[in-house]
Amino acid sequence: MVDYEEGIRVVKKGFIILGALTVGEVGIALLGNGHIIPGFYMPKWLMYPAMISLSLYKAYYIVYNFMHMAYEVRGLALSVIGPLLLLVWGVIAFMQEGGSWRHNRELIIEKNEKVVKPAVNTQGMLKTHKQVRGQYSF
Amino acid sequence: MASEVSLQRDIHAADLDKAENLGPEELWEGGKEPFKASYGKLMMWYFLLSDAFTFAGFLIAYGTLRFSMFTWPVPDFVFRTTPFYTGHAPLVFVSFMTFVLIVSSVTMVRAVQEGHRGNKSGVVFWMLLTILGGATFLSCQAWEWTTLIKGENVTVTQNPFGKHETDGHYLADEEGMPYKAGEPKKISSHGVEINPAEFKKGEGYILEPVRNEETHEIAKDAQGKTVFINRAFETTDGKKSYLTEGPSAFGALFFFITGFHGFHVFSGVVFLTIIMLNVSSGIYVSRHNHYEMVEKIGLYWHFVDLVWVFVFLVFYLL
Repeated sequence: MVDYEEGIRVVKKGFIILGALTVGEVGIALLGNGHIIPGFYMPKWLMYPAMISLSLYKAYYIVYNFMHMAYEVRGLALSVIGPLLLLVWGVIAFMQEGGSWRHNRELIIEKNEKVVKPAVNTQGMLKTHKQVRGQYSF
Repeated sequence: MASEVSLQRDIHAADLDKAENLGPEELWEGGKEPFKASYGKLMMWYFLLSDAFTFAGFLIAYGTLRFSMFTWPVPDFVFRTTPFYTGHAPLVFVSFMTFVLIVSSVTMVRAVQEGHRGNKSGVVFWMLLTILGGATFLSCQAWEWTTLIKGENVTVTQNPFGKHETDGHYLADEEGMPYKAGEPKKISSHGVEINPAEFKKGEGYILEPVRNEETHEIAKDAQGKTVFINRAFETTDGKKSYLTEGPSAFGALFFFITGFHGFHVFSGVVFLTIIMLNVSSGIYVSRHNHYEMVEKIGLYWHFVDLVWVFVFLVFYLL
């Protein structure tokens, strides 16, 4: 019966913790974007890590307390959580890749805006492909 | 036969008790459960692991595409509608949805606890509340999707939301009056409320149709089509600019990822219902395994809540 009372206490605690963390996350999002205090904004480098940390803690809390991972054998916990570490690489690698695409898009826009002097021959006519090619050694 | 099965289970339980005091070498000798978890529970964990990778794949794709774009929809601007309130309430409705899911997770824990006590009616009661929570979440999602599709014209192939400046100053094209993101839907200069149904698809994020100054009738061009004004905004350096359509990938990612999560919630509700009916029929009592099935569906249900933590983070917070 003590276990039962303890169980209910744990559930109440879990509810309060998860609820408070969610309120915290939404609070940061709204406060940081100027929805709570007019004219007050928070820098993204402060908001993003704060919200990500709160979410990770929520995830940890659900897995360890609600899904009872805390009471499982170490081997089981490692075999489930270990492979998830691959995602650390996944997130870093793919975000970098995304950033690289963006860089390439910027490059294309930049190049498109450049005014290119047309290649002309001495008679003021556009050079043929062969003439242009002939200027360079390949 | 039945007594034979129950005898086997008793032996099995005795094995588990014995396993408590065994070292790793004896545990892995065979004939015992080295992880001290039943086959079903273990496989549920590994299914959830694989499912976590599926969701991670989707969310990483979202992140990659978002990183590759110059503009991206601002969540507290896109998700600002809420039922029974015509003004803007950024993130309020989705916070309620998150809250519903947390509550349903808590009631699920209670159901599992009652199962450990062998309290049949307790298990049924708390499972029923969990099912109600899941159904509420799905209804909320249906409302959210309808609003986005019908009201805001977001579809799988189309996304009207581009990025605006973080300080969110907008200009109404007609009067040049600045107003901030998050204020009630722009009223036209003639005080006529804008009907979202008048938004035209495929032409950028349309603020409002042009109206005749005297008659307030919606202006038409030579082809008889409605003339629209695109949403205008003021950039941080004071220049006026027009919001163009945002990356169309947003619509597809939003509907596929929240839809895939919603599908998990839906299947969870179906399984919870089946298992709740089984509990009330007394089938698990005859199995003498402390309502393990309730525990397994509980793991699944908490996982659905867990995934929502990350869906909520990437779509609504970041």
